[in-house]
Parts: sequence; structure tokens; C-alpha cells
Amino acid sequence: MSGEILLQTILSGVLIGLIYALVAVGLTMIYGVMDIVNFAHGEFLMFGMYSSFWLFALFGLDPLVTLPLTVLMLFALGLAVYQVVIKRITNAPMLSQIFATFGLMILFRGIAQFLWKPDFRTVENSLSSGKVIFSGLHFGLPQIIAALGAVLATGATWWFINRTRLGAALEATAQDKEAAQLMGIPSQRMFALAWGIGAACAGVAGVLLSTFFPIFPEVGANFILIAFVVVALGGFGSVSGAFWAGIIVGVVEVLGGFLLGPEYKLAIVLALFLAVILVRPQGLMGRAQT
Amino acid sequence: MSMLSLQNIAIHYNKVPAVHDVSLEVNEGEIVAMVGGNGNGKSSTLRAIAGLNPLSRGSIFFDGQDVTRMAAHVRTGLGLSLVPEGRRLFPKLSVEKNLRLGAFTRRDAIEIEQSLDHVFELFPILKDRRLQIAGTLSGGQQQMLAIGRGLMAKPRLLMLDEPSWGIAPKLVTKILDTIQQINADGITILLVEQNVKRALEIAHRGYVLQTGRIVLAGSGRELLDNPEIQKAYLGI
Repeated sequence: MSGEILLQTILSGVLIGLIYALVAVGLTMIYGVMDIVNFAHGEFLMFGMYSSFWLFALFGLDPLVTLPLTVLMLFALGLAVYQVVIKRITNAPMLSQIFATFGLMILFRGIAQFLWKPDFRTVENSLSSGKVIFSGLHFGLPQIIAALGAVLATGATWWFINRTRLGAALEATAQDKEAAQLMGIPSQRMFALAWGIGAACAGVAGVLLSTFFPIFPEVGANFILIAFVVVALGGFGSVSGAFWAGIIVGVVEVLGGFLLGPEYKLAIVLALFLAVILVRPQGLMGRAQT
Repeated sequence: MSMLSLQNIAIHYNKVPAVHDVSLEVNEGEIVAMVGGNGNGKSSTLRAIAGLNPLSRGSIFFDGQDVTRMAAHVRTGLGLSLVPEGRRLFPKLSVEKNLRLGAFTRRDAIEIEQSLDHVFELFPILKDRRLQIAGTLSGGQQQMLAIGRGLMAKPRLLMLDEPSWGIAPKLVTKILDTIQQINADGITILLVEQNVKRALEIAHRGYVLQTGRIVLAGSGRELLDNPEIQKAYLGI
């Protein structure tokens, strides 16, 4: 095997891994602040994709142009999900919380099937179509733009959490909800904010994927499983952990698929997941459970 | 009129009573100590005043305003600040970030900087460690940070739950001296301490709690001289 192909494979893994990272950032943020695992996270991504698709199909607007609008819609959807469903199960047993978000997943898929049929849809000829050839390496322009967008969105989320007053309040709530209340930080508003940002991250990922990935009601399933692996590998609740873990998972997936055969891609990723759970359950950057 | 007034409050955890019937007053400018052995409802009472424990009976007034049903985060904005038991710092954040979070309810950027300088004057070690992660500080430094963080809210009433918990005996004196100094700067103090002697020495007034009830009240001096207290808590 030539070094060029290997390099091409690894870089392709990095590109998709950056998208995985962004999906996982939203998931890990909700988990970090509320200790709730959002099984409907892939459906936020699916709604982001459909938002892109319909704005393109109906009004001819490019996904990159409508990105801000989709972000706002997904942020609002995240807030609504928190207000209508999650708020009521904040202190419920973990099993109830799992059923609630799992139920949301089924509901959202059902809504998408009902409204938009189970057909595969694609966004054709968007602004970001074409190929980039770079010293013998071939990349799709959509993949490159998507990866860049994912880096920007992940970076923006990191900046918000680590460099703003509201982000510090969110982080404080994640570390100690009661102590944060004593500082005058309203927990419920922080929870709502985490859901808004979490959904928006998944929505951005959906928009970025929409230019080169088929759009259908169950599309979230392709990403949620991988996002769980990324969150576990990066450490639950860690944005920077999710970033690096996303890249690792992307590379492992693409490289493993290339070396062993594409049908083993998911198996390899899940094997990585098992290895993480056995060897380093707190993840790369997570804290050990106390 | 007193600054803080508790009227016949009762607190239950899962229907098990922790506080049966506590009434107390704290006047502006005072240091008031609540003393008594472990598990007698002192911490529960402080948490209830801060809004972390719901009352099953009774009411709480702060500055004449009924705060009984007010959310904890709103009470902080009124000038009621609790330095909780076990410190409860944000362990993965820096010293400075912990302090700035203490000022979350305030918007006056210049005054926040002044408060920060004031905290660094009270506890110079925190200034040296301002970029250190809070969870890696020693016990005594963590307590200083917890008190400093409480002060950053610019409270009118500062409540402290066991400030001598888990710190070196030498530092206990320093912490209690600082509490007196904070009081001298015009902040009213409500203090819970297992170190009964030291607490009553710096307190203007004290209350003794036993099994969720107030069994004795008086000036710090009176309580120190009380033979029952001496026998039960001071080992004299």
C-alpha cells in the first residue's frame, strides 16, 4: 500500500471525525450539565438536515446561507424539548430519563416519516460541491467545508464555555448545581441553555452533512451510536475531550474500514468503545467518578 | 427590626424531621453563632435560610421581606450568601473563576474588581494562586476561597457552615480572625461551628441547637459561662 493512499485515508478520517466531534459536543454538554443521556440527539441532527434540504428545495437557498436560520430553529427546538419534556424528569430515576429521551427519538423519527416520507433526499449542486486535489490527494469540497465548519462550531462552543460569564455559569452548574445556585445562578435556565446549545450543535452538524450525505428520517441512527463512543472516549462532559476523541474515532473508522473492509467499520468503532470502557472508563479527558 | 428572622421553622427529609421548631433573630452588624453537636439541625437550618431546603412549617424573613418560598438563586441577589458545609468549590475551575462566579448576580464591573482586590487583601495566598485549579488547593486555602467567593456576592448577611472543617488548627485561628474582620467591615455574620468555644468567643450572641430545637440562647459570654455548656461541649 502506498503512503499516499494511507495519508488520504487518514485525512478522510479526520474530516469525518471533526463532524463526529461536533455531534458529540452537543451530547456531552447536555450530559455534563444535567447527567441526562439524550437518545434523541441524532434526531436534532436529522432536523438540521431537513431544514437545510427544504430551504434549498423550496427557496433555492444554499445550506451554508441558511445555516444561521437552522441554528436558531434547532436552538429553539432544544429549549422547547427541555421546557416540555426534560424539565419534568430532571429528578426522576435514570430509567425514566432514558425512556423519555428514547421516546422522543421515536416521536421525532415518526414525525419526519409522516411529514416528509421515508425517501432518501439529497441537496444537489450546492455552493460547496466539487473536488479539491491537493498534491495528489483527492477530497470532496463538501467534506472539507463541513470539517472546517465543524471546527469553527466546536471552537465557538469551547470559547463560550471557557471565556464568557454565562459559559462559566453553565460549567459551574455542571460541576455543582447547588453551589451554583448559591452564587445566584438559576439552574433551570442553565439546563435550558444546555439543551439549546446541544441541539444547535447537532443541527449545525446536520447542515454541514446535508451537502454530501443522504437525508432520511432515520439518518440520526448513523451518528448517535458513534457520538456515544466519542463522548465515552473523550470523557463525559468534556468539550475538548469530545473534539480529540471525534478525530480519533473518525480515523479509526475510516482506516479500519480501509484495512479490514468497510463492512467492519462500525464493529471496529464499537470495539474501540469496549476497550475504552475496560481500560479507561473516565475517558481521555474525563474525571474519574467519585 | 432584625435583619434575619426565623419563625418556628421545621424541615423534613423524606418525612424524617431534621429541624423541629427553630426561631431565631440576627440583627444588623452582629456575629451570631449556632452551636451544638453533629446532626442537630444546624446545617439544615442554614441551608433552609439559603433556600436549598424547603420548609415544612414556619417562615423566614430577610430585611422584613418574606423569603420563605423564594428560590435560592434569587435570595443570593438580595444579599444573603451561604458558604456551605464542605466548601463546595467548583473543583475544576481556577481560583479566580470561582471568585468571579461568586459575583454572578452583580453587573457593576468596576465594583467587582474592587471586591476581588478586597478578597485578595484578606487572603493574599489566593492572589498568588489565582490561576491554580481550585480542587488542587490545600484544605485551608479552599476554605479561604470559599469565604472569598461568598464575599464576592457583596452580601449583607454572610452565613458560614463549619468554616474550621478539615483545616489545620493553626489556620482555624486565622479564619476566625478574618471572620471578625469581615464583620468589622460591616457584614453581618451567622456562623455554624462545631468548635463551640472558639465560635462563642467571637460571637455577640449564640444559640444552642439540640435535636432540631433551640435549647439555649444568650450572649457569647453567657453561653461560655453556662455550666451546662461547659459540661456538654467544652469538656470543663
